[in-house]
Amino acid sequence: MTGSIAAIGAGLAAIGAGIGIGRIGGSALEGMARQPEFANKLQTTMLIAAAFVEAVALFAVVIALLGLGA
Amino acid sequence: MSNRYSATYTAFRLIIFLAIFLVSRASSVAFGQEHDAHAAINDSAHTEAAHAEAGAHKENGKFNPTETIMEHIKDAHDWHLWGHTAIHLPVILYTDKGIELFSSGRFNHGHDAYTGNHYTYKNIHEKIKVVDASGTIDEAATAQVTDLSITKNVATMLLTVVLLIWVFTTVAKGYAQRKGQAPKGLQSALEPIILFVRDEIAKPNLGNRYEKFMPYLLTVFFFIWFCNMLGLVPFFPGGANLTGNISLTMVLALITLILTNVNGNKHYWQHIFWMPGIPLPVKLLLTPIEVVGIFTKAIALMIRLFANITAGHILVLSLTCLIFIFKSYAVAGVAVPFVAAISIIELIVAFIQAFIFTVLSALYIGIAIEDHHEEAHH
Repeated sequence: MTGSIAAIGAGLAAIGAGIGIGRIGGSALEGMARQPEFANKLQTTMLIAAAFVEAVALFAVVIALLGLGA
Repeated sequence: MSNRYSATYTAFRLIIFLAIFLVSRASSVAFGQEHDAHAAINDSAHTEAAHAEAGAHKENGKFNPTETIMEHIKDAHDWHLWGHTAIHLPVILYTDKGIELFSSGRFNHGHDAYTGNHYTYKNIHEKIKVVDASGTIDEAATAQVTDLSITKNVATMLLTVVLLIWVFTTVAKGYAQRKGQAPKGLQSALEPIILFVRDEIAKPNLGNRYEKFMPYLLTVFFFIWFCNMLGLVPFFPGGANLTGNISLTMVLALITLILTNVNGNKHYWQHIFWMPGIPLPVKLLLTPIEVVGIFTKAIALMIRLFANITAGHILVLSLTCLIFIFKSYAVAGVAVPFVAAISIIELIVAFIQAFIFTVLSALYIGIAIEDHHEEAHH
């Protein structure tokens, strides 16, 4: 069972990122529905925020990959 | 105005790519040391026979998905075409005794050792090692050898460069020929994307000084996007995991890091080293955090692109591996549509990651060059 602990860690990180990106997407959608004229601006900001959240999950994936080799 | 840019990109792009090419070769050597440790561990785990066939990686007769996937996302000295046919890319080694140049076909897919002018080499897990007469690895001599080969990733990068130069000289010519007229062909395909970079990325983040950074932003955007798209093509001219190579993303992030700090103004540095308007104990606490922050921004850029693209490749390969794990054609009925769906998502990811890298570069540069007129108000 090599790397299984790392995989659990990556899974936990995925939960966090899932909640984070879900909230960002949901809030952006709400904002866009209320103010469709700002949709473009909201989308750009949404993507940037999602990228920051996603980066954290990806750090975990990288560490999980490193754990896989050891 | 766009034709003026186009002319500048071409020149600028050439310089940038030359820099990327040289530095990423050098850095892959640095990262290589780390990989060697992994290779050594793997070596003891399985035999040479495990690497005999490109398609079937078996360890004690059992299919090993992890190994198959890892081998497919790594750089290689051969460019696999189909079955047992591969393009043998040139191996260029810079040794302490001089330069060696030979075809990677001499290694016969890792089976044979090749005796060059200075040493005998063997290709072990795509790392070139010096071996002695009995075939054991000579680590001391290997340390003297720098691998400057045109590998699969380098070849893809050169292909992307050629593609970008061709596309953008065509577009630039289009603007010169049809001055003031409606764009045509490639020109009309790329104009909206170039304007998107200008209006959605450069202008909001860089303000009125956006023109100075447009060549870099456009270069980095199209380079990453083209590389991502080429990586998604599963057969010959694509398939290399180029933007999923940490050496390449490191160089791209390094360029952003240098641009940010070279262009940083008085306010930028003041906010890092001695932030105005906060008490002294907090300043002492905040300065180290801000100094580390200079580098974490670039590191995050590096990891984000690398991990996103690598994760995409791993996902597609894992789904394909399911067929071989279950040894059933029925699984292919599930796996192939899944791969197709993931590939569509990856097409979007290819664009979004190029966008994110560019927009964050613009954002970081924007923070560094920002005027603090509003400072007086609060």
